[in-house]
Amino acid sequence: MELTGLVQQSVDWHAIAPELVLAVSAFIVLVADLFLPKEGKWIAMPLAAAGIVATLAAVVSLAGDDRGTFEVAGSATFVVNDFALLFKGLFCVIGLFVLAISFHHFRSGRYYQGEYYFLMLTSLLGGLAMASARDLISIFIAIELISIPAIVMSAMRKGDARSNEAGLKFFLFSVLSSALMLYGMSLIYGLTGSTVLTDIASSIGSIEASSEPVVVLAVFFLLVGFAFKISAVPFHFWAPDTYEGAPSPVAAFLSTASKVGGFVGLLILMFEAFPSVADTWRPLFAILAVATMTVGNLVALRQTQIIRLLAYSGIAQSGYVLVCFALIESGPGAAEANRQALTSAIVYLAIYAVMDAGAFAAAVSFARKGGSYFISDYSGLWRRSPVLATLMAGFLVSLAGTPPMAGAWAKLFVFLATVQAEVYWLAVVMGVNAVIAAWYYLAVVKAMFFDQPDSTEAVEVPYLLRAAMGLAAAALVAVFVYPPLITDLADKAPL
Amino acid sequence: MDWLNDWGLSIATFLPAIGAVALLLIPSAKEKLMNTAALVITGVTLLVGILLCFEFDYGNAGALQFELNKEWIPQIGANYHIGVDGMAFPLFVLSLLVSFLCIIYMRWHVPEPGKPKAFLALVLLLETGMTGTFIALDLMLFFIFWEIVLVPMYFMIGIWGGPNRQYASVKFFLYTLFGSIFMLLGFLALRLNTGTFDIVQMVDGGVSGSSMFKNLVFAGLALGFAIKVPMWPFHTWLPDAHTEAPTVGSVLLAAIMLKMGTYGFVRIAYPILPDAARDFAPVIGILAVIAIIYGALCCLAQTDLKRLIAFSSVGHMGFVMLGLATLNDKGINGAIFGMVAHGLITGMLFFLAGSIHERYHTREISELGGMLAQIPRFGSLFTYAAIASLGLPGLAGFWGEMLSLLGSYEPGAGLSPALFRVLMVGGGIGTVLTAGYLLWTIQRVNLGKVPANFEGKPIFDVQPLEWIAWTPLLVLILVAGLFPKLILHVTDGAVQGLVGVLGG
Repeated sequence: MELTGLVQQSVDWHAIAPELVLAVSAFIVLVADLFLPKEGKWIAMPLAAAGIVATLAAVVSLAGDDRGTFEVAGSATFVVNDFALLFKGLFCVIGLFVLAISFHHFRSGRYYQGEYYFLMLTSLLGGLAMASARDLISIFIAIELISIPAIVMSAMRKGDARSNEAGLKFFLFSVLSSALMLYGMSLIYGLTGSTVLTDIASSIGSIEASSEPVVVLAVFFLLVGFAFKISAVPFHFWAPDTYEGAPSPVAAFLSTASKVGGFVGLLILMFEAFPSVADTWRPLFAILAVATMTVGNLVALRQTQIIRLLAYSGIAQSGYVLVCFALIESGPGAAEANRQALTSAIVYLAIYAVMDAGAFAAAVSFARKGGSYFISDYSGLWRRSPVLATLMAGFLVSLAGTPPMAGAWAKLFVFLATVQAEVYWLAVVMGVNAVIAAWYYLAVVKAMFFDQPDSTEAVEVPYLLRAAMGLAAAALVAVFVYPPLITDLADKAPL
Repeated sequence: MDWLNDWGLSIATFLPAIGAVALLLIPSAKEKLMNTAALVITGVTLLVGILLCFEFDYGNAGALQFELNKEWIPQIGANYHIGVDGMAFPLFVLSLLVSFLCIIYMRWHVPEPGKPKAFLALVLLLETGMTGTFIALDLMLFFIFWEIVLVPMYFMIGIWGGPNRQYASVKFFLYTLFGSIFMLLGFLALRLNTGTFDIVQMVDGGVSGSSMFKNLVFAGLALGFAIKVPMWPFHTWLPDAHTEAPTVGSVLLAAIMLKMGTYGFVRIAYPILPDAARDFAPVIGILAVIAIIYGALCCLAQTDLKRLIAFSSVGHMGFVMLGLATLNDKGINGAIFGMVAHGLITGMLFFLAGSIHERYHTREISELGGMLAQIPRFGSLFTYAAIASLGLPGLAGFWGEMLSLLGSYEPGAGLSPALFRVLMVGGGIGTVLTAGYLLWTIQRVNLGKVPANFEGKPIFDVQPLEWIAWTPLLVLILVAGLFPKLILHVTDGAVQGLVGVLGG
């Protein structure tokens, strides 16, 4: 009779309101596209934006709530709490930002605009669902919901072989990682007899010692699956090619929303389900973190194209977030330390999403008219378009983790948590990496400010992009001056 | 004036940063207006600093004054805790003064490629970082202010610098970043040990743990500070940065930014880790004397006037570090006096070097000559600043070096007198060498015949704006030389407290 109980249980409609609103919005965008005249297809973008704003309103209406719904055996598999709402809000903000980057790009190119905005909202829906998912099946569905539309979005430039390559690569890696992830999940289910994370957490600590290798194997498969999604080394190969081949706004989406979505899933899994066996899998994350930031940074040193540079920089940035996982502790007294690690991961992801999106926006602005994606063409940009150059420099300085931008706090918080957990060697690796990273971010800044321009023509930047970049930069400065703007939220958001 | 007591320091620190943002809103074409705006901002800031000079309780200079402690980032326990005592206050006022003078000087001349808006905004942002460093009483706050100066100075060197500016700016940036990461590790280790970022609480509560731990932390902090000072052998960024930076950048670097490093020792490393300070003092002393002699020898070999002044900073900061290494009241008082004096004198010398370049379009010493004959007033100022730099009694440069050497005779806190007397002799030799290269420079630049290619050319003498920008420095060099008590009176109380902590 268990099944009927599942079917008949009442649903907390308010709890799933943001997802519902977003799903309906995506549907409206798709249908509206059918009826819009050819020259009016761009209206899909304001429609999508309105949908995201409405979703944001639904998120805000839930602020402070602690709800759960879709219960399995007495545990909610879909929860609404500060953690979930914080990330839902973040996804909405990223979504709006990517819309702003996309608008002119997709309007002036030969794209199916309505289709694109529908896909983007669908992928975003996956992110929102992920923040609330608390069992293996919903996590899997959420991650697929993020990935599959993103694959199509990557291949949006149908006539371009590189875009096709981008989509195909992304597809193959994505399918492979999903398979591995599912395999890991099935092992977990076999071990614990449950897919609900709280049940897994309570039973996995007490499994017999002979099963321990299976736990490690299961976590390993899960980790590999997510490592593809968040493009951690050595599972990162698809990312630079896909970013480069995909339309640039899609690259921005992949690098921010899609990546943060993967991380949210990983955070939920690792901090909720497996901390009691952290000793067995912690070294995996430490290795992954070191490899990711070091390789990402070293390869980034040699990039000549801005999107590829940002791709490798994004890989390296993932490494710093992965450090937080390597700090998870088990046993009594671990709660406080784990909360610190979680807080720093949340702070990092939130700040990263804004500064990375900002850098992509600046790159897209520059490439639109009178520019290109090659770093050498950035020479003397400051003399041509001082505002654009200053904004770009601001985002890069923030990514490098240097004041006066919020990126400094992102790195500092992870650094602090690492030292507090007394994993000093990781802190030193992070420090050395920060210096390496400064080199290639500065190389772009150097080209823009110190070198002579080839032309004197100003780069024309649409107002929408200007506003988006200006807001992002202002937010980064504000958080730098008063970090509690984000740390307060992150601190009050346990899983 | 309650508001001044509570908020004076904060206003003086943040007004320039706010002004920098305001400056960005002025249209680029209105260059004069922009300079006037920056002048008003730094002027008001300096005025607040002068008002604070009247409010400062000199009888109680050992205690922290104008203190303010507000919650800032509760998650990591960092607070907005600021205040100044006798050691910090002179440096705080010095940074306000020098920033103001730099803006005046820029009214006369903005280096290639122009763009005064960005330049002025960077100077203002730098001012916030520098003054903030001298008032911070919380390690996290200190770190943030410390790091804020990095980016503006990078741009200043990289955009408005000399021919080799790109190399110099990146070297400066990465070098300093590298040092500050170790400094940060030290801060975080202290935080874990004491449970607070508050400097005052740390000094009062002390740091527990093995001497190994304390020495490691001290080494981390010292590395960060030493790169900034810069101590030999971490000085290699300095000649490049100073030489390539535009005049105003060199002045700010020399006059104030180098002091952030030495200030870090007296504010943070020494009082929080006095045991480790005793262990490290001999090493610091030896490196300091090497810096003095090495700096002087390098000066003798320089052909570029600006590079010569840059290397002279290595030597002069060596005297400051030697004073700090003695761990007694004479030495540390001398060190702080030396910081202020070096700020005034070397700032002045960099101004002069910049103006020489403007006049002759060269800084090669071999191509200059006969300045006293051709532009007598300018030449006299150069002589004045150079002999102040060599430590002539009666001018500011004398007291810092004299007290440092005097302190080395009887070092505090159980340090070996034998070693420090050797160091004293080394430093003494250094003063002779310093006098040597400076007199030789005066001879080559000021005296002799006017080179043929400048003969009869209309090289102009000191300009009115230059007089305005320089007079305060010239006067203060003399006043501090004649009445050293004006500064020592302020610093002594705080230094006695520090020496007490150090066990001297």
